[in-house]
Amino acid sequence: MNVQAKTSLFAVWLWIGLVLLLPFAIVLKISFATAQLSVPPYGPPLTGANYAALVGDGLYVRAYLGSLRIALVSTALTLLLGYPMAYAIARAPVRWRQILLLLVVLPFWTSFLVRIYAWIGLLRPTGLINLVLESLGVIAEPLRLLNTDGAVYLGIVYAYLPFMVLPLYARLEKLDPALLEAAADLGARPWSTFLKITLPLSRPGVIAGCLLVFIPTVGEFVIPELLGGPDTLMIGKVLWTEFFTNRNWPMSAAVAVILLAVLVLPIMWFQAAQKEEARA
Amino acid sequence: MSTVIRVDGIAKSYGEVRAVDHVSLEVGANECLALLGPSGCGKTTLLRLMAGLETPDAGTIAIDGADMTRTPPYGRPVNMMFQSYALFPHMTVADNVAFGLKQDRLAPSEVEARTKEALAAVELEALGARKPHQLSGGQRQRVALARCIAKRPKALLLDEPMAALDKHLRERTQLELLALRRRLGISFVVVTHDQDEAMTMADRIAVMDKGRILQIDTPRALYERPATQGVARFFGDINLWPSGLVVRPERIALSRASGDMEGVVIDIIYRGTATTYLVQTAELVVRVLRQNTGGDDDAQKGDKVFLSWPADAARMLSA
Repeated sequence: MNVQAKTSLFAVWLWIGLVLLLPFAIVLKISFATAQLSVPPYGPPLTGANYAALVGDGLYVRAYLGSLRIALVSTALTLLLGYPMAYAIARAPVRWRQILLLLVVLPFWTSFLVRIYAWIGLLRPTGLINLVLESLGVIAEPLRLLNTDGAVYLGIVYAYLPFMVLPLYARLEKLDPALLEAAADLGARPWSTFLKITLPLSRPGVIAGCLLVFIPTVGEFVIPELLGGPDTLMIGKVLWTEFFTNRNWPMSAAVAVILLAVLVLPIMWFQAAQKEEARA
Repeated sequence: MSTVIRVDGIAKSYGEVRAVDHVSLEVGANECLALLGPSGCGKTTLLRLMAGLETPDAGTIAIDGADMTRTPPYGRPVNMMFQSYALFPHMTVADNVAFGLKQDRLAPSEVEARTKEALAAVELEALGARKPHQLSGGQRQRVALARCIAKRPKALLLDEPMAALDKHLRERTQLELLALRRRLGISFVVVTHDQDEAMTMADRIAVMDKGRILQIDTPRALYERPATQGVARFFGDINLWPSGLVVRPERIALSRASGDMEGVVIDIIYRGTATTYLVQTAELVVRVLRQNTGGDDDAQKGDKVFLSWPADAARMLSA
């Protein structure tokens, strides 16, 4: 390895150490401390009580399970919507593809918060959707659209769709059309060709897209906070409440550590999938 | 000879380009027909029309007596070997071969038996568990071939079957394909741009240019009785006089004593089995090919010579 390579590798490790490992070590240390009224609001003695509470208190367990459920459902919905989109873009004439991809990432040009607030404007009882439905006589009373789990799913699918479409597109675009023709020539109907050729060959893209949506969604805070209802229980909201409302730093640190542990498995799977993709 | 594929007035355009321009031809049972022509002549499009991978703008295609003009590829009793082979990279060799059989919903035991049989026919029994990327180019070609013949098609459509092979593998593979065809007794339609390959493999050759068939006949007839100068030039060397007279170099006799046409040897090219003499005549430099069988009275550079040829060697051809 030459000097330049050594230097850049050192830079990478320095970066990871400073912005990832060191902060995580601090969080880990705080998670074993005891909350107290001071600055900072924790101190000795060291204790595992926070973790015991996490496991013992049904609220935390339900919040973790709720997050996983919402993340799983929204990942599945994003895949169902994103796959046909990616497929259509990959099969579009070459001159259209760049424009269509640009349209997929176009929402990123506006602030994430502004876009979520826009959904509030659309979904609330006096919002655009209810107004239109009422004026058309479809409904007599405004529907409760905002502050529901449905609104959370909608917001997540809307916000994370590009993360699903892009890796799927990258994969599907590389798919050799001759393979699909060969399958048809050998007697496979279109649906059979899709299930036996297209889908298996796009599997690494499916895995990458699902994890890129699933991992951040588990810890998502803004969307459930703004679009979700009082019964939308997600771990991101719990963490926020512990930290800012209850000022219980050790507890919220423990919540974050366990959240990371929950996500390590899918992240490792993601890594394996990426290796597979690099090989293929 | 019964007809397996009958193409009647088929046409296909891409925008302004007429890829196939009202072509008609028949492929006989147990026949090997080559579609020969330069790239862009429409030969691959014609093959894809037969496979059902393209829909024609006009005309009909009948396979084994049934009209299949609008039948999708999965409904046609023909199979195509793709130029790139199009092997499924995520499946083993055996699964690639079995794929088409499973689509026909054959019993698992039947699928297994016919997969084995097809792999045996191309001498790949031992490599059934490999993935395509673990094979050599020649082995991949044989997997593609096995995948087709396992389906027992009425006709096998081969798109530039030798294009991806090393030169030294080509000739051997051509002969192997011929032997396999004789054993299986199915018709072949071979697309190629290589006239040697067409002549080696085909019973008949359709010479194509600009979406049309210039001439369709046996290799011998195409060489000896070409319909146009273009066809004549496509198969070997010609001498072409301004009047349109065409004589092959090997049909011209060279003599120092007497002959029909007078000329001067301006160059001699020794080629091992034969020697080419360049003879300056009144109208053009004539090439004369003489087999090096020994004992000839060799003309030297600068010699005055006479050229002659039998009447059946000379043809008047239009451009």
